[in-house]
Amino acid sequence: MLARSVTRRELLAGCLGLAGSHACGQSGNQGTQPGAGGEQAGPSRVVVARDPALRSGAGVDSARLVALLDRAMQAFFEADKPVEAWRKVVRPGEVVGLKVNCLAGKGASTHSALVEAICERLQQAGIRARDILVWDRLSDDLESAGFRIQTGRDRVRVMGNDLLGYEDELSTWGSAGSLLAKALTRECNAVINLPVLKDHGITGVTLALKNLFGAVHNPNKYHPNAGDPYIADVYMLPPIRQKVRLAICDAIAGQYEGGPSYMPQWSWPFNGLLVARDPVALDRVGWQIIEDERARRGMKPLREAGREPRWIARAARYGIGTDDPRRIRRIEV
Amino acid sequence: MNGASSRRAFLKSALAMPCLPALAAEDARFIVEARYWEKLPHRRIKCTLCPRECVIDDRERGYCGVRENRGGVYYTLVHSRVCAANIDPIEKKPFFHVLPGTLSFSIATAGCNVNCKMCQNWDISQVRPEQVRSMYMPPREVAALARQNRCATVSYTYTEPVIFYEYMVDTAEAARAAGVRNVVVTGGYITPEPLRELCTRVDAVKVDLKAFSEKFYREVVNGELKPVLQTLVTLRKLGTWSEIVYLVIPTLNDSDQQLRELARWVKAELGPDVPLHFTRFHPQYLLKNLPVTPLKTLERAKAIADAEGLQYVYLGNVPGHPAENTHCPKCRRILIEREGFFIRALHLKQGRCPGCRQAIPGVWG
Repeated sequence: MLARSVTRRELLAGCLGLAGSHACGQSGNQGTQPGAGGEQAGPSRVVVARDPALRSGAGVDSARLVALLDRAMQAFFEADKPVEAWRKVVRPGEVVGLKVNCLAGKGASTHSALVEAICERLQQAGIRARDILVWDRLSDDLESAGFRIQTGRDRVRVMGNDLLGYEDELSTWGSAGSLLAKALTRECNAVINLPVLKDHGITGVTLALKNLFGAVHNPNKYHPNAGDPYIADVYMLPPIRQKVRLAICDAIAGQYEGGPSYMPQWSWPFNGLLVARDPVALDRVGWQIIEDERARRGMKPLREAGREPRWIARAARYGIGTDDPRRIRRIEV
Repeated sequence: MNGASSRRAFLKSALAMPCLPALAAEDARFIVEARYWEKLPHRRIKCTLCPRECVIDDRERGYCGVRENRGGVYYTLVHSRVCAANIDPIEKKPFFHVLPGTLSFSIATAGCNVNCKMCQNWDISQVRPEQVRSMYMPPREVAALARQNRCATVSYTYTEPVIFYEYMVDTAEAARAAGVRNVVVTGGYITPEPLRELCTRVDAVKVDLKAFSEKFYREVVNGELKPVLQTLVTLRKLGTWSEIVYLVIPTLNDSDQQLRELARWVKAELGPDVPLHFTRFHPQYLLKNLPVTPLKTLERAKAIADAEGLQYVYLGNVPGHPAENTHCPKCRRILIEREGFFIRALHLKQGRCPGCRQAIPGVWG
């Protein structure tokens, strides 16, 4: 087991301990106030919320999905009410970007029902509809995943980088040299990262860190060597580090092989969401979930398949977060 | 030969270039099934055009960013999708042994199969086609424009023509049919089979040999040296005229040892009469921390290559330097006098030195 699971009782006990640690001056980025996630002194927490009855026929039960989102957010932020949790992520007046992952069409993309639920909660937390931007690399990808493109400024906007454009000046860090999407640099104060739980044929997995490839103009240049060090380097670009505040991984269905395209034969109902401030910890937990499913089905681990996601460890070395299982608190709710 | 051009003639012809409208991002005219790829299970494909041999999932693109898997079929997105078109002196490529003093109708699409940290055209080579303004320019139109503008050649250049292979091959055929020749400016990162096919349609190839070190190729180019050397050998074997450019970058590829190994390899594997251009680096793109190449470094490179027995060693990006001129290797007479991209005097007679009648290799008429 990669990261230790905790019971509800342990969770509550841990909450008390965490409050104490804040008083001792440790990093408070786990949930006390809005701000970017990342380096932290205490353990990184990853909430894994699941509901076996989440799926309804071929679709998702929207009401249960909202309930699951609330449960996950309240557990992560130790909040009594959903709106309290969201107020620890965003402030009224901010423009919030929701970075979805829609490359794979409807089967293996961020569910629009999840995005709708998040938009609703953001508005309850004081974010105006017009200050929410659902965004991905291409408008076509968004549409193929079931979103409708909305460019009007009187409602939630849904747009691809092809409509919003890229900066003219390069941003660089390590091996990364890219033009950043204006969705990230100009449109939003805060970004909530909404990746999908899935395998990737080149980089091993694609989760929170890699989802920010959608914020650069040249992701095709960053896949050699199974994405190492590129995925970590791209995430180090300052606007990404500064603006991404939370990751909510859509794990309603996972894919343990054949990604990033949708391959129904390798998709399985995980019926869950993963929530974390620390994208490295989230990716480590998500990777383990995929490895567990591969093992259950008699498949080789990703390392033996030649695509171990080494970039997760590199991201940890950069200080983006932690990949050390002893410092990741996996909270099952 | 098609006649030397003055600076005035060049500018005039450049202005004659028609202003074509920019087109929308997705246009079916640009999308043509690609060549050189294999089907794999589960709608995956493997591109075999360049040594990278990308394995690409459905709805994904290769490293070049311009070739896309759509439902298990591989397409180029840049056929006739021109993002740069200019009328250049052939010396700008640079070709010093190909139709000197003529103009070349020069085109490019977006994309590249490497990612050189010193790329001077990164704003078109390191982007996807939909991220840059482009115009529709089908092969026959290129050929017609080249003729209208008195261009002796069409150049496939600026970015990496290997990645717009289908368009290049189709245009080369159209140009030949219109009596216009074809020259390619490439990094040479291509697999042997498409290279051999390309050579049946083009007249000359200039290869950017970016260093003589695998480490440099790995760290600075994001590619490999070995396939590029193989390309040079194949070009020689096929008899396609080729010239080599070596951009000399301070501290990265300018050691005596590396330059000597390069010169020895060229002489041994290609012959002493392959033109070798040492050109000056200017800080660009992701290599802004290094200085412009000192002239002394370039002159040292030339001295090393001369000493190893190469007969046509030039310096580039140093307008007015005597090493821009072509000398007869036998009697040392000046055969072609150049200043930058322009010809000051052309003494060569039917490909021979007018003094000693030494044959000078190249494409002269």
